[in-house]
Amino acid sequence: MAKERKGIEVSLAVAEAVGQADCDLISAYPITPQTHIVEHLSEMVANAHLDAEFVPVESEHSAMSVCCGAAAVGARTFTSTSSQGLALMAEIFFITSAMRLPVVMALANRSLSAPLSIWNDHTDTMMVRDGGWIHVFVENGQEAYDHVFWAFRVAEDPAVRLPVALNIDGFIMTHMIEPVDFEDDELIKRYVPEYRMEKRLDPDNPVSMGCFAMPEIYSETQMVRENALVESYATCIKAWDEWAALTGRQYHPVETYRADDAEYCIVTMGSLGETAMAAVDELREQGELVGVIKIRLWRPFPFDDLFKAVAGKDTLIVLDRAISFGGPGGPVALELRSALCNSPKAPVVVDYVAGLASRDVTVEDFKSIILGGKAKAAGGEIAGFTFYGLRG
Amino acid sequence: MDKFSVFSARLVEKDELFTSGHRACQGCAEALAVRLVMKALGRNTIVAMATGCMEIISSPLPTTAWQVPWIHVAFENSSAVISGCESGMKAMMRKGKLPAKKINFVAMGGDGATADIGMGQLSGAMERGHDMIYVCYDNEAYMNTGIQRSSATPWGASTTTSPAGKISKGQFTQKKDMPKIAIAHNIPYVATACPSFPFDLMEKVEKAAAIEGPAYLHILSVCPTGWRIPSEEAIKYGRLAVNTCVFPLYEYEYGKYNLTYRPHPILPVKEYIQGQGRFRHLTPEDIDSIQERTRTEYEKLLKLSEEG
Ligand SMILES: Cc1ncc(C[n+]2csc(CCOP(=O)(O)OP(=O)(O)O)c2C)c(N)n1
Ligand code: SF4
Ligand SMILES: [Mg+2]
Repeated sequence: MAKERKGIEVSLAVAEAVGQADCDLISAYPITPQTHIVEHLSEMVANAHLDAEFVPVESEHSAMSVCCGAAAVGARTFTSTSSQGLALMAEIFFITSAMRLPVVMALANRSLSAPLSIWNDHTDTMMVRDGGWIHVFVENGQEAYDHVFWAFRVAEDPAVRLPVALNIDGFIMTHMIEPVDFEDDELIKRYVPEYRMEKRLDPDNPVSMGCFAMPEIYSETQMVRENALVESYATCIKAWDEWAALTGRQYHPVETYRADDAEYCIVTMGSLGETAMAAVDELREQGELVGVIKIRLWRPFPFDDLFKAVAGKDTLIVLDRAISFGGPGGPVALELRSALCNSPKAPVVVDYVAGLASRDVTVEDFKSIILGGKAKAAGGEIAGFTFYGLRG
Repeated sequence: MDKFSVFSARLVEKDELFTSGHRACQGCAEALAVRLVMKALGRNTIVAMATGCMEIISSPLPTTAWQVPWIHVAFENSSAVISGCESGMKAMMRKGKLPAKKINFVAMGGDGATADIGMGQLSGAMERGHDMIYVCYDNEAYMNTGIQRSSATPWGASTTTSPAGKISKGQFTQKKDMPKIAIAHNIPYVATACPSFPFDLMEKVEKAAAIEGPAYLHILSVCPTGWRIPSEEAIKYGRLAVNTCVFPLYEYEYGKYNLTYRPHPILPVKEYIQGQGRFRHLTPEDIDSIQERTRTEYEKLLKLSEEG
């Protein structure tokens, strides 16, 4: 493929990127809203547009298991799922990272049943937050396309060797037609070169993978895992910088908009960031000193970037798209509260849960969340969370 | 049987790919089965193994009994994991990322992993036609977790979740016929085997490895601990299972049934049942009913093998 700007459905752009990355094996099971990604990949394989094995499994549990087997022999491996599919594969999701298998997954975020809902929010991904994967969130089609390469680049780096989940909002993004700048194959090859897994299943150099651990050694295995994920941060940054050098598009773990001089900020993750920016523009015209903080890298959690972004702010208003039932709020607010609780002059965190199952969060909604959050902070109503826009 | 005879035991591979030092119980015939399978497969093999006795006893970190590349991911998915190994390597060899070479892709699991929790995944792998061998080590219960019943536990066996009691005969269902389920997938090769008949077993493994496409091996693996028999009698009970026709040795090759061993004389099932603690509570009438069922099942099999 040559360098070119295309109007393309984001799912197809993701699939094309997997092809450009010269993936060896794709295994997936259909579920809305991920389906267009894997349909397009199987079409690419069927038309010899991509030389890979497409393994059409009978469940998501098998999809992730097939990916484990393929990654263990050193194949470049991709899968994609959503919601119930992620829940079904959850058992293997955790094992994939523990076994340091660099699988890349596009996670088209969708709500979890019940009631059954095919629409978008972050309840599926939050379920596996502690699964030991690298988690990145993207905001538009270009970011989704770019991050496929970034995901392979980081996952396969010898210093990392961890699976990467590329979180893409279902429908809101997966089904949108957007302008995407495609890069040429040569550039992609330079960025994600052919890789060799040094410890793989190979009859000439036999290794045992996935051994059983007694209590005397289990904790140490978990420490290694934790260190690997924390230390992957450096490679995440390096891979973004290299991408910027090649394409001019620079990404950061935490990104801000009009936040430098802001007194308070709205915090988002994923595709609603753009709506939040529009709302902030309007509020700025009314004289509100408000900005946007967007968390792109969710795991490993970018503490220092967050501290830098929130310095000098007195309030953070979080838009959470999932709930921790019976707990003190949505997962993003919880994360911020605990990350900031020991810093002197930590901003107050006000939490809103909105946009569940693709319910619209418009610019007007953002404005009322932002102003409402500011008022709550002033009135000291900062515990727990508020369900925004509930009926009756 | 023509290739190996009792006199040619010396021809058997001396290389141990499943080495000693593992932690199986004394007299475990499942560990013996693994050892024989590995001898027949040789070094050019990748093994994906399900959670269960054989996985636990062979891989306590930081040690391993495996001299071939070996992977364990979870309980139900060894067939899917080996599918990934096979397809991943196929793609890389085709694309020149790896040198082309024939490798045996082998998935292994117990009867619980195979007939219960991993049934869907095994079905998927057989249906997709991967070039793989699936080996089920059937010790007729979930032994690793403490002798609970599986769908491969035979009628009347007392286990910790099908205990014999005042109103219970133990397991109240008949043993699920896994080899027939494999055959229903129209795969090229299916066989039953038992380590009490080691040459027959190894020959079937070699056949399975030579055939392209999926092969399924179902190996009756006597578990002295779970069957409540003396640890030195596992081989004897394996022979009795076969010689009473409770567990006939046969193969199914490209649509043709073949009995690889015909017991003569056929021993009464009573000789197999009595002496096993798991059947201790059964009455003579119960044993008669097992005898009757064993006879009709064997006759069905005879007929199938005569039909070719
Ligand atoms: C999803 C899941 N459920 C349950 C278990 C617990 N478990 C581990 S091994 C096992 C039984 C294994 O039985 P089988 O497959 O017959 O092998 P055996 O130990 O008898 O050789 C069970 C129930 C598990 N590891 N994973
Ligand atoms: S419980 Fe049975 S199958 Fe498991 S190691 Fe012991 S003898 Fe072997
Ligand atoms: Mg068992």
